[in-house]
Order: sequence, then structure tokens, then C-alpha cells
Amino acid sequence: MPDATFLDSTELVLNMGPQHPSTHGVLRVILKLDGEKVLGTDCVIGYLHRGVEKIAENRTYTQFNPYVDRMDYVAAISNGLGYCLAVEKLLNVEAPPRAQAVRVILTELNRIASHLIWLGTHALDIGAVTPLFYCFREREEALKIFENYCGARLTTHAFRIGGLQYETYEGFEREVKAFCKMFGPKVDEYEELLTNNRIWMGRLKGVGVLSADECKEYGVTGPMLRAAGVKWDLRKAQPYSGYEKYDFEIPTRENGDTYDRYVVRMQEMRQAARIVEQAVENIPEGPILGKVGKVIKPPVGEAYVSIEAPKGELGYYVVSDGSTQPYRVRVRPPSFVNLQALDRMVRGGLIADVVAVIGTLDIVLGEVDR
Amino acid sequence: MVKLLKKIFLWDLIAGLKVTFRNQNPKYICTEQYPAERPKVAERYRGAPRLNINPDNGETLCISCNLCALACPEDLIVVTSERNEQTKRKDLTTFTYDLSRCMFCGLCEDACPVDALELTQDFELATYTREGQIWDRQMLEEGPRPTRYKC
Repeated sequence: MPDATFLDSTELVLNMGPQHPSTHGVLRVILKLDGEKVLGTDCVIGYLHRGVEKIAENRTYTQFNPYVDRMDYVAAISNGLGYCLAVEKLLNVEAPPRAQAVRVILTELNRIASHLIWLGTHALDIGAVTPLFYCFREREEALKIFENYCGARLTTHAFRIGGLQYETYEGFEREVKAFCKMFGPKVDEYEELLTNNRIWMGRLKGVGVLSADECKEYGVTGPMLRAAGVKWDLRKAQPYSGYEKYDFEIPTRENGDTYDRYVVRMQEMRQAARIVEQAVENIPEGPILGKVGKVIKPPVGEAYVSIEAPKGELGYYVVSDGSTQPYRVRVRPPSFVNLQALDRMVRGGLIADVVAVIGTLDIVLGEVDR
Repeated sequence: MVKLLKKIFLWDLIAGLKVTFRNQNPKYICTEQYPAERPKVAERYRGAPRLNINPDNGETLCISCNLCALACPEDLIVVTSERNEQTKRKDLTTFTYDLSRCMFCGLCEDACPVDALELTQDFELATYTREGQIWDRQMLEEGPRPTRYKC
């Protein structure tokens, strides 16, 4: 923490947050400033701490499932997938092919919805107000599909251990196809608004640079790592839930600055729509729930499963002591790990860059604090 | 050269403005006029709970099996019953549902073997106080009466 007592006469300690709109929640950043120049930062987290990992120890495996949605609440379906895969690994069962295809569709739609929130709020932080409304308009379409499928828009509780609870509704495939068709031109629209905009480029290019080596040192994953030029995507590297069947690319850039991360995420949205299109074309017929009992009682053991969430590598480590309740659930949230790099990215920059960098980190404080 | 001209004539900003004006068309308006027009929520929407009754004789469908109370992660359902000596079955006496702690995960309705407990499409559950958030059997069977706003 920057020491407030022995400052030079020109230095200043300033609190940014926890009520600051551009910290995307309740992140508090203590900035040490020299004029507008940032000399150092210190993050204070925990304002949204609910003890989710501890709650898991007092719930059965099925009962804990809705709680994981409340960590990264803009990408709740990805969280559910990670948890379900981890428990399925413990139980040594696999979801049936139909369930896997529907899981991929919903998870990728959720990736689009999450990236749209990121784009809208990030652009709003920089000063471009218009994209926010367009992003939320398209996100609404994705959320409508979630609502029709499982009855909730945000904290969906869409997946169950061993597969799915709900069969797809009538018109699911049509709606998903319509969304994919509509979505491509909309991304072009966002790009038209932002990609070549001189203010956007001026604010983002060369800001918050994080090289590939630094990314690896900090454990930064997801679009931030790919923007630094590392071609690492868990959907390709260790495919889960049938991702090996789909043809998609991993977008990468080389500079690792905020602008590159923007480009990578835009490309990722297009790729996600591509995966959804392929998956919805042939959803296999068959059961939606694998062979799991009503009471889930995994054998003694432990399992770690990591998936590619919209924000990076999301890991679930579940330890079973043979009872109906997990002995320990540990979550490796991408936002929390990515947030470590904040100090490295903003040191030496200006205050306005802090806002841009927090935006590009794409953090969700529900996940950072858990 | 083209690049320079584009820069001088603010082409990047004009391109962005074109998008804005393209979207000005009133047919793209997607705002919901909420209190005036009630939105149609999805069929599977998980809202206010309801305890279904048999429409023919008005008796509850609940068989007091207590499975919903066991399934609930927040442990907010309390079911009590007494044994009916004539039919040798359990009769439901009270059923309380603490709506202030409910997170609408739907595990209780999944657990119900006779489709007695159901999460309905009623979504207007906001109140000014916590009073009345613990629903008893009568409230669960009748359902909430949301305020109708005049606009």
C-alpha cells in the first residue's frame, strides 16, 4: 500500500472506488500519483465477498450448482459448465452428445453476451456512449434465448451434473440460427463505430502493454494472453464438451496493448457465433441426462477441470470425501488472476489510462471476491 | 494520400456517425414500456412459487413428501403433515416458503414428484418491507396480487 505519510510535496494518494463507475463494480484502487502520472497502485478487493467456496462445503453437489452462477454473473453459463464438468469428472460420467451440443451452444452464446457487456462498458469508459446501447440490444436477444431455454436470464442454472435438466424448447434452433445470422453484421457495425475511430485509437493504442512473458508470469489468461501473441485457448489445447468437433480459429495479436485486446475480443465474438452456427446445424438426438443418480455421491478423490470462460481460464477444483457434500471446492477465477497485472499495466501511465486498463481487464467483481 | 485526405475530412468519425443515423429508424426501437405494457415472460420463467390444487375438488396436490424442502439449497421450505388414520396417508397441514431468501433456482420444482410445487410466471414480487415475504399455504395456493399501475 502506498504510504500516505511520507509523500513528496507533489505526490498524492487518491482512492478510486469502490463506488467509482468505471471500476465495474466494487473494486477500490488506491492510486499514488504525481500530478496525473500514476506512480503505483494498490487494489483493495473483498467488498463483494460472500464466501461461495465455504458455502459449497455445506451444500450437496446439486444444491451448490445455482451458486456458481453468482460468481461471474455476466457469464453464468460458463461457470455452470465448469462446475458440472468437474463433478462429472469426479463421478466418472460424461454428458450425452445431445447435452454436450446444447451446452456448447449456450456457452458460446454466453461468451457473446459477456463480450458485449465488456464492449459496451469499456467503450462507455473511454467516452463512446453509443455502442453501449447497441451492445445491450443484441445481448437482449441472447438473453431471450436463455430465458426461453431455462427460465432465467442472468443466473441461469442451465446445466445439471450429468447433462441438462431441460429439453430444448420448440423453435430453439430457429431462434439460435436467427441470432447468428443477425449478429455478424452487428459486429461490423461496432467495428465501424470504433475500430478506426481516431479517439478510440488514441486512447487505446500503446496503453497498458503486457508482453507475452509478463502475461505468463502473472498467470494472465484469455483474450489478454492472446492479444500478446500467445496462441493458447483451452478449447483447442484440451478440448472439453465436444469442442474438438467444431472448426474455429484462435484470434491473436502481437502488441499486447489495450487496442489489441479489443481486436481479439471482437474476433472472438465472430468465432463464437461461428461455433454456435456449426453446433446448431446438427444437434444429435438422444437423452439429455447421463447416468447419474438422484443423490450425487462421488467416490473419494479430487478433480480439477479448467475451461475457457469468456474472461480466461476458469478452473474448478472439487475434493470429495465420499459424502453427498463436497469436502472443498476451490475456484480459479480468471478475473482475479488477471487483476494482478493491473499495477504492472498502469504504472507510469496517466489516470485516464487506469480507466481504460480496468475496462480492458474485463473483470467481474463477483468473481474476483467470490 | 487517400489516408491523409480521410484524416483531414474526419472520415473515421463520419463512418461512425453513419452507423448512428442508420439506427435512428423508429422501427429499431426495442424499449419495453414496462408498467404500461406488461412484458410477456418465457414459459419456463421461474418466478413466484405456487402450490397447485386439484381444480375438481379444491384439494392440494401436495403429498407432503418433503422432497422440495430437502432439495432447497437455502433450506427455506418447511412442510408439516399429520398422518391420516383413515387413508393411511400423510395430510399436509402447513407449508411455508420464505420468498425473501429464495434465489429461484428451480430445484424445488424439479424435485416435486407430483408437480404440486411450481415456479410461475409472476415476477412482480418487490415490496417495501420484508413483511409478508414468508408465504403460507393459502398465499401459495392463491398467488400474489401485484399492483396494477395506471399510466
